[in-house]
Amino acid sequence: MLYREAGDFKTTYSLDQQTFPIRSERWLFWLFIAFAFLVVPFLINDYWNKAVLMPLLIYCMAALGLNILVGYCGQVSLGTGGFMAVGAFAAYKLMTSFPGMDMFSVTILSGVITAAVGVLFGLPSLRIKGFYLAVATLASQFFLVWMFNKFAWFYNYSASGQITAPERTIFGYAVTGPNTLPWATYLFSLTIVFVFAWVARNLTRGRLGRSWMAIRDMDIAAEIIGVSPLRAKLSAFAVSSFYIGMAGAMFFANYLGAAEVTEAFGIDKSFLVLFMVIIGGLGSILGSFLGAGFLVLLPVLLKNIMVNQLGWPTDLAAHIQIMLIGGLIVFFLIVEPHGLAQLWRITKEKLRLWPFPY
Amino acid sequence: MNVHLKPIHEIRMTRPDDGIAPGKPLLVVDNISLAFGGVKAITNISFDILKGEIRAIIGPNGAGKTSMLNVINGFYHPQEGTITFRGEKRSRMRPHVAAHQGIARTFQNIALFKGMSVLDNIMTGRITLQNRNLFWQALWRGPAEQEELEHREAVEHIIDFLEIEHIRKTPVGRLPYGLQKRVELGRALAAEPSLLLLDEPMAGMNLEEKEDMSRFILDVNQQFGTTIALIEHDMGVVMDLSDRVVVLDYGRKIGDGTPDEVRNNQDVIDAYLGVSHDE
Repeated sequence: MLYREAGDFKTTYSLDQQTFPIRSERWLFWLFIAFAFLVVPFLINDYWNKAVLMPLLIYCMAALGLNILVGYCGQVSLGTGGFMAVGAFAAYKLMTSFPGMDMFSVTILSGVITAAVGVLFGLPSLRIKGFYLAVATLASQFFLVWMFNKFAWFYNYSASGQITAPERTIFGYAVTGPNTLPWATYLFSLTIVFVFAWVARNLTRGRLGRSWMAIRDMDIAAEIIGVSPLRAKLSAFAVSSFYIGMAGAMFFANYLGAAEVTEAFGIDKSFLVLFMVIIGGLGSILGSFLGAGFLVLLPVLLKNIMVNQLGWPTDLAAHIQIMLIGGLIVFFLIVEPHGLAQLWRITKEKLRLWPFPY
Repeated sequence: MNVHLKPIHEIRMTRPDDGIAPGKPLLVVDNISLAFGGVKAITNISFDILKGEIRAIIGPNGAGKTSMLNVINGFYHPQEGTITFRGEKRSRMRPHVAAHQGIARTFQNIALFKGMSVLDNIMTGRITLQNRNLFWQALWRGPAEQEELEHREAVEHIIDFLEIEHIRKTPVGRLPYGLQKRVELGRALAAEPSLLLLDEPMAGMNLEEKEDMSRFILDVNQQFGTTIALIEHDMGVVMDLSDRVVVLDYGRKIGDGTPDEVRNNQDVIDAYLGVSHDE
């Protein structure tokens, strides 16, 4: 009864191309969003916020950004950690240089600055593809981290080389700094992720998204039907870096509070986000969320089961957790190489006919 | 669902008319030579394509037909010679600029976007006609959606025309070869080109599919008034469809004229059947 399209007739093209074409699916989505916005803030505590929800939201944002570049436009990037660092340092410089600026503007402007840097490092993509491009973006990862370590101006000449987020408030509630309330940072991040996930959906379903996918699927044919490779590739780098930069800004300002670049934005971040995108599903907005959810929530869940329920020692649990997650990644990639989003799509196809498949 | 579609002539108003009267040259190829290193692909070829006609380019394998199409849509840059399109002499250009000027094309080996649905593939064909900026696209509601719906309606006309309504949401990778060829034609048509280049539209098809495709090509030419240049190996098809034929062999032009003239041209017969060395 949950998932039926019988009787759900589309009489206009606008109805035919909406995001959730099936009524029950639309209801489920809005129920979920209402739950996230209206119910979760009242239930949230510090543990849930720090260990589960904030990392989840921030990695969703980063995965969305990387998915636009890798999944939609087909340009492989290993520079995610570096671009997140650009976002974080941009946020830090903005917060310390303009104390009056509100956090929404800081986060979005950090994204804009990262977008500019992303375009710069996207220039090689005009000449090289595939693995070679991956290596070129890897260079950007190391260069950016080196740059933020080397030039003390970026961390305001602090002795430790760390950046620390000063307190900023929205409607009187602190969202950064030491005095934050869990529900305030959660709602702040949720709002940004929700709005920009919607923007990502809009960009990918229109002309721009189709030009990205055309470049991904067959770049020569794309050029011959009128897609400018320069504009398509660089716009993908710009939009992708915009999202990743905002994720970096939130990661530093709202989540960590203080960060050291080598530790917080190393190459492991690049790989982690790339894995999320691959496991979640390349070229799918939903996939970005599923992939981030999988890699953020599973370790927390496993740790809880092994340490709190079974009472195993922490170090043993940590090792088993790494092995289990590695195994599960391989398992999922074998079962469905197109990611969790494809798995969900197949489930939906089956549900259409369930329980009478013939 | 398609009951309230607007008539086709109202839809086809998006691209300004190319301003060439029927029967006048739309594209003039003058003395083109193209070489890759020491290999001469095309040598001193000149011909023209008149507005409204179906122009066939034929020749044995390796004659330079596909290279010629690649020159016309800006993918290769000839070392010598000029191309005049719509009365304007053209300098070196990128293929996407040629697309904006109104040249669309299909490929010998299907070059569809495999990960996208039939609908999205054909919508991509209209990319040169859509112009909402990033801001409106990000917002979606309002101008971007309105533009999208207008183009969707035009695309639905093409889908109707090519009789592929039943597969509009299928990913093209899953379709059989003949249908993929049809979708590719649809994608080229979606751009509302003034010149449509078809590179072997009937390669690998059975008789029935060839008949369908021939019907589509004639209909495109007559209903939309689109000028067509096609490469094809099936002589029956070429002779029946085309108004004029240009014949290439080893990168040179060896014949040009109506199908009947070409059929009786001794050079063409020699190129296709070979010359006897006994005499």
